[in-house]
This record gives sequence, structure tokens and C-alpha cells, in this order.
Amino acid sequence: MDFDFYLSTMWSVLKALPLTLEIWFFGVAIGLVLATGLTWLRASGYKLGEYFTRAYVFVFRGSPLLVQLYLIYFGLSQFDFIRHSPILWPILRDPMYCTIVAMALNTAAYSSEIFRGSLRAVPVGQIEAAKAFGMPAFTRFRLVTLPIALRLALPAYSTEIILMTKATALASVVTIMEMMGTAQKIQHDTFRPIEVLTCAGVIYLLLNLSIARLFAWVEYLLSPHLRPAPGQSQQIKPVPEVL
Amino acid sequence: MSASLATAANAKPSLDTTAAISVKDMRKCFGDHEVLKGISLEAHKGDVISILGSSGSGKSTLLRCINLLETPDSGEVRVDGELIRMKQSRDGHQTPADIHQVERIRADLAMVFQSFNLWSHMTVLENLVAAPVHVLKRPRAECLEQAEALLKRVGIWERRNYYPPHMSGGQQQRAAIARALAMNPKVMLFDEPTSALDPELVGEVLRVMRSLAEEGRTMLVVTHEMGFARDVSSKVMFLHKGEVDSLGEPKEMFARPPTQQFKQFITNFNK
Repeated sequence: MDFDFYLSTMWSVLKALPLTLEIWFFGVAIGLVLATGLTWLRASGYKLGEYFTRAYVFVFRGSPLLVQLYLIYFGLSQFDFIRHSPILWPILRDPMYCTIVAMALNTAAYSSEIFRGSLRAVPVGQIEAAKAFGMPAFTRFRLVTLPIALRLALPAYSTEIILMTKATALASVVTIMEMMGTAQKIQHDTFRPIEVLTCAGVIYLLLNLSIARLFAWVEYLLSPHLRPAPGQSQQIKPVPEVL
Repeated sequence: MSASLATAANAKPSLDTTAAISVKDMRKCFGDHEVLKGISLEAHKGDVISILGSSGSGKSTLLRCINLLETPDSGEVRVDGELIRMKQSRDGHQTPADIHQVERIRADLAMVFQSFNLWSHMTVLENLVAAPVHVLKRPRAECLEQAEALLKRVGIWERRNYYPPHMSGGQQQRAAIARALAMNPKVMLFDEPTSALDPELVGEVLRVMRSLAEEGRTMLVVTHEMGFARDVSSKVMFLHKGEVDSLGEPKEMFARPPTQQFKQFITNFNK
């Protein structure tokens, strides 16, 4: 085994980690904002809002992220008004921004479904108790509905975040030299796919391991009521740990 | 109709204003099924009214219509003389005219639920201070002090930092009663507070409720506990198929059941 080659490849790919993290972070963060808006729209009770979110989820969940990315990066520049728009063009001509936009739009669809499900899963009795004690709608949401829904959403949402980490590799097809792009370049230069892709794979694995651990830790912190009480036998199952 | 209501109101205006709770001609349908067929009820300060009835008789719905967890189709509710204002919505149903009024009145009507409904992500102490702090806007320190005193009173002070799922049903229900007391409510609504409990845990909850009755709290209690209804309450109301079948002094009612229905109901219970 050529350890030097492994080491140098590892180092080269690692140098692209900040770029991967940047795409991931902004994609996920903007996606979260969009998902919150979509969830609100869906839950608001307006028929129009419901139809819009349904159509949105149908389109962005139903088609491959790669297709969405190509449409945004290659497709949209076909339109004159976009090329001449002083706001849209600076964003849509940049592959980095395009990737972030595609990821955000895509993850927003999945996340809003996760949030919708967890809001619906909040036990009615908990909300009724808040009503019966005179809490106004927003207080009720802040003190009861949201904290419970958040805990319910975490496991599924952490999976979505991990999917997004892996989705950053798609940026390589629109010329971004993040980890996957860098790995592919080394592979083309050296014709040693096993070594190069193994290095990239290991880094993605470690990255996702830390994200999963982070979420497991947050989940643990937020769920003391699901753990056994001090001095109590294990009659209540502890929170299943991720990984 | 409106004329007769007006005369009825004129006949005893003084009573209406002093009643802690007065319900007049309340009706409620779920689909085609009429659950409440015009129920009237009056509770004065210090009254403990046990509401009895077989399942499906409408007793829980009546309670939930009083604090508007369900919206009654018609009829009026007054709390301490204040009418809960309703308006006609476009689809012909009644809705509260002013949600802020409803919220303010709900804060005066603390409810204890069959399945406790303590907020599971908060400790017992947090459960007790949440509404006083965020609804009544009282200072947190003062609320905490009161909460600890209430927990001592219901006998679960040592569990104040526990989460509800870590306690027995009886302890949870006592915590829920303490949570209701923390609001200093004008009237307490109990919706089958012991029905979800193991038989050996019923006693500890009933003891707390009995002590509340003894200190003169106004309580509406939907229950299946005949002993509580007979010995503790000041009035017993028996609902049958959505109507008030009989209403009276508990000793009298149990000794000489005024209707065939009620007689049958208590006989079935004693079997």
C-alpha cells in the first residue's frame, strides 16, 4: 500500500472540506428558513397556501436533485430576462450559489413534510391543557406545541441533514471543487480510483458520524423526560442512540 | 322564544349575577348526534356539583363546552356573571366573539383532565408555574414559591423536579390538581379525574379533592365515584341522553332516586 499517496490525497481532499461545509451549511440554513415558511403556510388553514405547498413538495420531492441543479444552473440562463436581471443573474451565473439554491429548495420540501408530521403528532391533550389554562395561541405554540414538535422532528430531520451532506457531492458536476470535485480531479490525474474514492468516502463518513453524534446529543439534552427517572428501573426505554 | 328567555332572566336577576357559573339552555351536536339537548346549570360559590351519567350522556361535553374546548351550538355561559360573548359565523355555527375574553375566562376556570395532560417536557414545578407566569403575568419567584407550597399540600413536593412520565398516575393527577390551583381559579372543572387511575391510586386523588371541597372551592366534577358524589358534593346532577334527568341534594337523591333512570344507574353501579 502506498501510504504516501493516501496521505497526500487525504490532505488534498481535506483542504476542500471547508467548501463542502459552506455549501452544506448555507443549503441547510436557507432550506430551514424556507421549510419553516412552507410549514406555516401549510398549517395556516388557507386553501391556497395548502395547494401551493402540496405542489411544491410534489415537484421538489418527486424529481432528482441533480435534475433540479441542472435546471437551475444550465436551464435558467436560457431566459433573457434572467440574464438581464440585476438581482437574479449575479446569483444564477455562479455555480456555488446555484448549488446552494438547489439544495435549499430541495431540502425545504423534505423538511417541511417532516415538520408538518411532527406538528400533527403533538398529543392533542397537551395543547388542550394549554388552551384550558388560558394561553393565547402564540404562547401555546411557544411553550407547548413547538418544544414537543421539535423533539419529534429531530430524528427524521437529522437524517435529512445527513442526506444533504452527501448531496453536496453533486456540486462537483457544476464545476465546484469541493471534496468530490477535488477527488475526481486527482482520480483523473492519477488513474487510481480506489485510493482516491476511499479517501473521499472516509471523510464523508467521519463528517456524517460527527453530525449524527451532534444530533444524538441534542436529542438527549432535550429529552430528559424520556429517560428513566433518577433511581428508577429501566422501565422506560432510553432514547435510542444514533450510530 | 326570546321573550320567554327575557322574562326568565327578569324573574331572578339577583341569582344570575351571584352564580359562579351559570349555563343556560346549552345545546351541542356532533354531526347528526345531539349530545346536549338544552342543559342549564347553576353553581354558586362553594358549590361542589357532581355530574353523573352513563357514558355518552354528554357530561364531559358539557364541561368542555363551559370552557369552550368545544364550542356549543347554542346557549349561554356566564362566569361570575360575565357572559361569554358568541357570534354567528358565516356557516351558521356559533364561534366566540372575542378570543381574548375566552382566554381570560379560561384562566379563571382551571381544568383537571382524565388523562392528566401535564406538559410532558416540563418538570412538575415548571408545569405549575407556566400558566401563572405566562398567562397571569405574575412574577416567577412568587409563582415558584406558591407552586412549592401547593406541591407540599398535595403531597408530592419531593417529586417537584420530576418529569410527568416518571410519576405514577395518582401523583400525576395530584400534580395536575396543583397546576389548576396555581391559577387561583374561581371554579375548578374536573373531567373524570380518577377514571384513568389504577384502583389503589384513586383514594389519594379523592382525598385531595375532598380537602378542596372542604375549604369551600367551587367545583364541577364529572365523575363515576359514587362515594364522592354522595358524601362530598353539595349537589348531584344526573344526565341522561343529553338532558338533565334529575338534580338535587346528594343524600336525598341517593336515598330516594327521583327517576327510574337514576335508580337504574346507581343500581348498576352497586352490582
